[in-house]
Amino acid sequence: MRNKKPLTPPTRFQRYGLLILGLTLVGTISIAAIFAPLLTPYDPFVLNVDNLLQAPSSTHLFGTDALGRDVFSRILYGGRVSLWVGFVAVGISTAIGLVLGLTAGYFGGLVDEIIMRGVDVMLCFPSFFLILAVIAFLEPGLMNIMIVIGFTSWMGVARLVRAETLSLRKRDFAQASKLAGAGPIRIMATHILPNAITPVLVSATLGVAGAILVESSLSFLGLGVQPPDPSWGNLLMDGKEVLEIAPWLSVFPGMAILLTVLGYNLLGEALRDILDPRLKQ
Amino acid sequence: MLDIGLKILAKIAWVGVVFIGITVISFWVIHLAPGSPTDMQTTMNPTATIETRQKLEKLYGLDKPLHVQYGNWVSRMVRFDFGRSMSGDSRPVWERIKERLPLTFGMNIASLFLTLLIAIPIGMYSAWKQDGWFDRGMTVFVFIGFAVPGFWLALLLMLWFGIYYPVFPISGLTSLDYALLSPMGKVLDIAHHLALPIFVYTFGSLAGMSRFMRSSMLEVLRQDYIVTAKAKGLPMHKVLFKHAFRNGLLPVITLLGLSIPGLIGGSVIIESIFALPGLGQLFYNAVMSRDYSLIMGSLVLGALLTLAGNLLADVAYGFADPRIRAGGKD
Repeated sequence: MRNKKPLTPPTRFQRYGLLILGLTLVGTISIAAIFAPLLTPYDPFVLNVDNLLQAPSSTHLFGTDALGRDVFSRILYGGRVSLWVGFVAVGISTAIGLVLGLTAGYFGGLVDEIIMRGVDVMLCFPSFFLILAVIAFLEPGLMNIMIVIGFTSWMGVARLVRAETLSLRKRDFAQASKLAGAGPIRIMATHILPNAITPVLVSATLGVAGAILVESSLSFLGLGVQPPDPSWGNLLMDGKEVLEIAPWLSVFPGMAILLTVLGYNLLGEALRDILDPRLKQ
Repeated sequence: MLDIGLKILAKIAWVGVVFIGITVISFWVIHLAPGSPTDMQTTMNPTATIETRQKLEKLYGLDKPLHVQYGNWVSRMVRFDFGRSMSGDSRPVWERIKERLPLTFGMNIASLFLTLLIAIPIGMYSAWKQDGWFDRGMTVFVFIGFAVPGFWLALLLMLWFGIYYPVFPISGLTSLDYALLSPMGKVLDIAHHLALPIFVYTFGSLAGMSRFMRSSMLEVLRQDYIVTAKAKGLPMHKVLFKHAFRNGLLPVITLLGLSIPGLIGGSVIIESIFALPGLGQLFYNAVMSRDYSLIMGSLVLGALLTLAGNLLADVAYGFADPRIRAGGKD
């Protein structure tokens, strides 16, 4: 029978292959975005009417858009925006999830009940509907997108942290600290949080991928990052208009999203396998 | 028996609380926002005076305090009266939503059906030959599937099947000569138009569903009764379909309930790309024109559908799993 397999320990490649692949993707893309000015001679904002909708060539690696701007440099600069949105949004959602999850798990009872019903309510909303509605009223813009994505994606972290907290607070070290007179905040910060951080780290990594996807969808609908600022989503929005005559405008930004999301997902899975073998499927 | 009664009561209480939460949040979010639905008819219309504006606000009840507006709105909502749309033709919100539902529902149901049809065998076979070549290939596919943005896939499909090899129409629901077609021709015409959007929907949920089926199946295949069945020398199809299938399928029921909000949210993008007159497109237009009552109606309806989906999944799970029916296991 083949099911002997799970009994053999994973080889070094199985263990670290995903990690290396994920790190390579994420690293390459981050470096490309950070050092964008060094990697491309073109300004992503400068129009060039002599160069409209050029196909990819050695001078313009990914071609030019309808205003003659270099698509390669717009993708690099767009990466800065998209990655930044991903990080900040996940920072916000993780912070909210941590605070609420710790509070619910530690205090239990009515507090727990109220917070967890709040989570239930939030999970009932088609989050994209909610995000769209709020964004449209707030005026689209970088800050608002990050805040709105952050505020609509904390529920998973809250549930995760609550579950960890529930079991950790009963452990001897937490109880001992309590008997020694430590207050709830001290116990949460020194005994519970450090022990609950691993799954949070994993979910935050996966969360970056999710946030980038949401941002690009919003920008694609014209409700995210506003032109002339490039983001992968609004590059695709521009591309859609000229799909027929300049398909490269649609192909390359999408590849950038795909590779980035893939990278963060691989990294998240690898971290889960390595840091927390209990969760391995 | 008493146990089950209590559980049902607790469930009803939960539903009530979640329901109130849903309406309060929708209402709060939308009314805290700047901008008013009367902008369209006032600020943007130079002939409108302040009196007109006030009259309009009075007409829509926007001049009353928030809690009164909320109270009015909830009391109307329980009678399925979401008010009148504040943009376009000012027909009742429910009427506008109702006519959009069949298309969005139909597409989602068709794609769910396809997803299950494809994902279940994939998940089962991957689990049966865990770490085999098929399983590895599928793992790669799953990672890519999770990473492909749906709207990008849609663009590529439009490029390929709409422009390079024009075999599928890339926008709208019907052809120009739709009215002239026979009933059968009409059905085929719509199916032809919906092929690409349904493909995009299906692709989007395939990765998650097959992964989920795989892990649920792996769980089941570790059970004693499966080992026994294998030890007896039963062939693969007997072990998988007679012994493992039903138990492996159970968690999928829950996932179906949970995937509803994602499907509804996804409809906004897919319907706007393919220019399909469904709920997603209606919502997008409502958002763009700040149609309070239409946004509220769709938002609440979406959340209620999710709530209903979760409940239905619970009930179905109960029916499918005798352990839960007996009240033995939560």
